[in-house]
Amino acid sequence: MHLDDLAELAARHRAEETHEQEIRVCVAASCQSSGSLPVLEALKEACATQGNGRCKVKGVGCMGLCSAGPLVAVAERDAELNSSLLYRNVTPVDAPEILASLQGPPVERLRCPTDQPFFQQQVRIVLERSGLIDPESLPEAIVHGGYSALIQTITEMTPAEVIREVTASGLRGRGGAGYPTGLKWSTVAKMPSAQKYVICNADEGDPGAFMDRAVLESDPHRVLEGMAIAAYAIGASKGYIYVRAEYPLAVARLETAIRAARRAGFLGARVADTPFAFDIDLRLGAGAFVCGEETALMASIEGLRGQPRPRPPYPAESGLWGCPTLINNVETFANIAPIIRKGGAWFAQIGTEGSKGTKVFALAGRIKNTGLIEVPMGITLRAIIEEISGGIPDGKRFKAVQTGGPSGGCIPEQYLDTPVDYDSLKTLGTIMGSGGMIVIDETASMVDVARFFMEFCMSESCGKCIPCRTGTWQMHALLEKIARGAGTDEDLALLEELCEVVRAMSLCGLGQTAPNPVLSTLRYFRHEYEAKLRA
Amino acid sequence: MTLPPIRPPLPNDDPRWKLVNATMRRNGYAGHALIETLHSVQDAFGYLDETALRFVAASLDMPLSKVYGVATFYHIFTLKPPGRHTCVVCTGTACYIKGATGLLEGILAHFALRPGETNEDGALSLLTARCVGACGLAPAVVLDGEVLGKQTPENLLAKLEGLVHAS
Repeated sequence: MHLDDLAELAARHRAEETHEQEIRVCVAASCQSSGSLPVLEALKEACATQGNGRCKVKGVGCMGLCSAGPLVAVAERDAELNSSLLYRNVTPVDAPEILASLQGPPVERLRCPTDQPFFQQQVRIVLERSGLIDPESLPEAIVHGGYSALIQTITEMTPAEVIREVTASGLRGRGGAGYPTGLKWSTVAKMPSAQKYVICNADEGDPGAFMDRAVLESDPHRVLEGMAIAAYAIGASKGYIYVRAEYPLAVARLETAIRAARRAGFLGARVADTPFAFDIDLRLGAGAFVCGEETALMASIEGLRGQPRPRPPYPAESGLWGCPTLINNVETFANIAPIIRKGGAWFAQIGTEGSKGTKVFALAGRIKNTGLIEVPMGITLRAIIEEISGGIPDGKRFKAVQTGGPSGGCIPEQYLDTPVDYDSLKTLGTIMGSGGMIVIDETASMVDVARFFMEFCMSESCGKCIPCRTGTWQMHALLEKIARGAGTDEDLALLEELCEVVRAMSLCGLGQTAPNPVLSTLRYFRHEYEAKLRA
Repeated sequence: MTLPPIRPPLPNDDPRWKLVNATMRRNGYAGHALIETLHSVQDAFGYLDETALRFVAASLDMPLSKVYGVATFYHIFTLKPPGRHTCVVCTGTACYIKGATGLLEGILAHFALRPGETNEDGALSLLTARCVGACGLAPAVVLDGEVLGKQTPENLLAKLEGLVHAS
């Protein structure tokens, strides 16, 4: 199969459908929880009776503004989200009215303006097809450019050229640590081994993060495509997606997508009729935060307890079953197809010097607009919190924003003008992480927040190494004591000392970063700890 | 010459064991399919009991201690039978900030249930999840598999009360 054949396929799919207008209903997890499936059914029914045959009702992926769900967009065929008419908090009862409005004025009482900063400040690369296509339809993905980058790589490019393009893009791993993707790929590509693996880390364990979930539920094919391109570049024939069992909808949509991609020949023994062979299997996680750590994740795929092992050797050298293995996060793979289609140089123009491209963030906590956004790297925290997320509701004051999950830290108000990129966040004592952002207002006690994260790390510690296993337990006990108002100066000093020990001595990322929430709250909110100490 | 391992007979004539067997067969009875197999046991029976653990260990030709070790390491697996209804309260950061603790306290006060417990007549099990990824709707609860967002102790307790009395 060549690019021409794919274009022909897309044209054929397009010709089969004659509708001019689309009514798109979000069927990602968040809107489903707000009741979008009955809305979809009601709209389909209304369309069958009231429609004139030029309109199609379909389920699509996440449109971002989860707090206003269920979201319904009325748009010209192929029109982007920003140029469509968006309705919020739609109920099944509203269906006839929405259908009737297709020829007339919009239903004002349901309008959700798309000219607000939430929509206008976004740059959608990873989410380019999210909210636009039916996630369960391979033809829709193909019509909107799906698999063209894969065909292009395997028919026109050498593996070295693919890696050169990814390196030129400056893409860094979106799972949290920000390791340069091109460098990782070239390291695995250099390994002289007949058997190599590609793993997609979809074990989104950070509480407060749901970017990967949304990508998998909204556009699973772009993850499969990214993995196949990676496999071609490094010389792998087998891939695994390690996905959380807590995300049943993402699992179901991935299964559908993998089956469809196999049938269409985008996965399997001869990908797109070329000698390149690559297939993907799903592996379900079973609820263990530590399995997001790459060596623990591989142990879990092998059917063992998800406990990490010391590195080196790194997975690039000796990974799954001792073979060279490339592990990237969902969002990293989701960036690959656009980079191949438009070139690494195009991607490198977006973002900042050290952090290229865009980043998907999950906004949650005490803000008006919660949901999913994709913004260029380098945007300020203030723009995200005050403009995009609409600020703090109920007249409360902003206190801190927590980034990077339990491995991250809290940023206070005086640093809100910091640009969001890997290095700036690091200097503030936190991390980008996978992209969860939780806004905390003045009503929260930072000691309680620190205790919450320590409780999390304590119970998620796999128990293999002592600094993490007992260190987090002791730190939690101290925080408990301080939060209760029974702590002393010595307790606080001991807590700080323990932070250092656990950080320096733990085996894997979980333990090494477990003290971060304590260290960062101590750094910016020390007075809250001191106020709680017994005089 | 090594003899092929002898597969144990199904523990009883419950048809659900065939599903479990199918999962193991699909993975060639390989040890790395242990977690997949335990998932299929729990999907079929609701929990992992000793019979199941022994059957899986014998079928995959591995020590029971290893199967037990894996089954108890992961949060999703449970060795206790669940109640007729399960209520999973999300305790992720966003839900914590927005009041998940209040939901748990409400259930404790009203049903005397702590996370991991099932009430006496087996009607309701309370569990917690680390994050169900519905942070935009925090605080979130998964009630019999259905995610409910923006919960308050009052409306959650009313819903639970309705379920418990209906069953």
